[in-house]
Amino acid sequence: MSHAIDVDIERQTPGGLETEEMTLNMGPQHPSTHGVLRFVVKADGEVMRRAIPDIGYLHRSIEKIAEKVGYHGFMPYTDRVDYVSAMQCNQGWAMACEALAGIQVPRRGEYCRVIASEFGRLASHLLSVGATGMDIGAVTPFTHAIREREYINDILEELCGARLTFNYMRIGGCAWDVPPGFVKRATAFLDRFEPLIDEYNELISFNKIYVERLANVAVIPREMAIAWNLVGPNLRGSGIRYDVRKDVPYSVYPEFEFDVPVGTGERGTLGDSYDRYMVRMRELKESCRILRQALGGIPAGPVIAKVPRNFKPPAGEVHVRVEASRGDMGWFVVSDGTAFPYRVHIRTGSYAAMAIIEELSKGLMIADLVAVIASLDIVAPEVDR
Amino acid sequence: MDVGEIHRRLRDRFENAVAPEVKPGEWPVVQVQAPLVAEVGRFLRDDPDLAFDCLSNLSGVDRKAADEIEVWYHLMSYRHRHQIALVAATPRPDPVMPTVSHLWPIANWLERECFDLLGVSFTEHPDLRRILMPEDWVGHPLRKDFVEPDEYHGISTRRESLLKL
Repeated sequence: MSHAIDVDIERQTPGGLETEEMTLNMGPQHPSTHGVLRFVVKADGEVMRRAIPDIGYLHRSIEKIAEKVGYHGFMPYTDRVDYVSAMQCNQGWAMACEALAGIQVPRRGEYCRVIASEFGRLASHLLSVGATGMDIGAVTPFTHAIREREYINDILEELCGARLTFNYMRIGGCAWDVPPGFVKRATAFLDRFEPLIDEYNELISFNKIYVERLANVAVIPREMAIAWNLVGPNLRGSGIRYDVRKDVPYSVYPEFEFDVPVGTGERGTLGDSYDRYMVRMRELKESCRILRQALGGIPAGPVIAKVPRNFKPPAGEVHVRVEASRGDMGWFVVSDGTAFPYRVHIRTGSYAAMAIIEELSKGLMIADLVAVIASLDIVAPEVDR
Repeated sequence: MDVGEIHRRLRDRFENAVAPEVKPGEWPVVQVQAPLVAEVGRFLRDDPDLAFDCLSNLSGVDRKAADEIEVWYHLMSYRHRHQIALVAATPRPDPVMPTVSHLWPIANWLERECFDLLGVSFTEHPDLRRILMPEDWVGHPLRKDFVEPDEYHGISTRRESLLKL
């Protein structure tokens, strides 16, 4: 986080006309930055030379807190890492602790986790695609997306009592079993929701103005996506079929049938903003598929394994990954055998997506910067932690 | 390629700079001497059979008891779908590591974070500044002997417990 804007004014004289580089400030409070973050934009007229991200405004030292509150006590804090999609953060932390201590989660617990995580993914992707529309000037689709997201919040509230910061999972399983009638209500929601994805596509995804604003904008080729460690839909938008749920299987995901959609450059170039957007739209359908299978096949039994209240995993290091809504989220946890984690490092999808913007912004229009942020689905608290 | 073969190639190329044993796991851990990390990284990235094209994570750990700071590099290959963790230790009073930001551009920010929170200095890093903490912050918060300052620009960091009110 830096306070000073370094102003270096370049003077050029192409054809005798003198122009200056303009330094613009975007943020930290800006409706399109999806949280508190700031860009220093060096622009030549309407074209950006580069946009320099300045992060740290939402740094809450979550990793330091982990060292103070112990393994069980850290669970509610993981909700705040990515509050748009908190379930998978819960799961990442729980899985890291289980890997350290060698705990087996009961099958019903794993099913509850998958159901919770996939509903979380639906909610997160809905917010993302809705906000993409809003950021480039289409407000109506946002209201549609948020309407459905409210129903998902209701479903998750039934599950754990909270609508955003869930604190649902525990080391060894889940805090609560699904309530009576949950499966019926969740299935009814899916029956209603799935046709709405097509309606949503008709409303905006194939709209000419919308396509023009996203296609061929901020193209990320395959090699660039890998070198910058882009993950999740951003990586798959560049045509790389990699999903932690498939490629490093965890939980009960291997039991479900689902596809991993990738970008194809259908309206422009492979790896453009439109590809990343469409990957999210298609993942909505895949999440519904997983949910139907999980809701239909939920086994009997306990949802949580017996875990000592005074949880002291043996000394060691683990690096666990989950497929969060913003992609491969890495949890590096070091234990020294005491009741407090020795070191926790959370490597999130938005961190890489934020880092790539400086490179990506070269030569883009200023107005496209918000489209790029939206298409990379950056959530500021996940960058800063 | 399995980790035994990766390790054998590393030993052939770098001999004793790479530790003789591998700690098995999802990310097999290989100990490397700190000054050679960038060279080992270049070898791992550029050898077509290894092709570690992605730096998945870079984390620092303050090992106060050993008076060292460990830096962990979690590397993976999208081409061959194998993964490995390198770990290098550097003396705690003056932690210095070679940068790998020229190999994997994401290392630029990850190293800045490691510098910011743990005070590891990465030589030849193009832009080694604080990234998460304010730039006038004193100290490195994830060091085990870090003492939280009483105030920051007149804002107190001390607060009465709500339970006592």
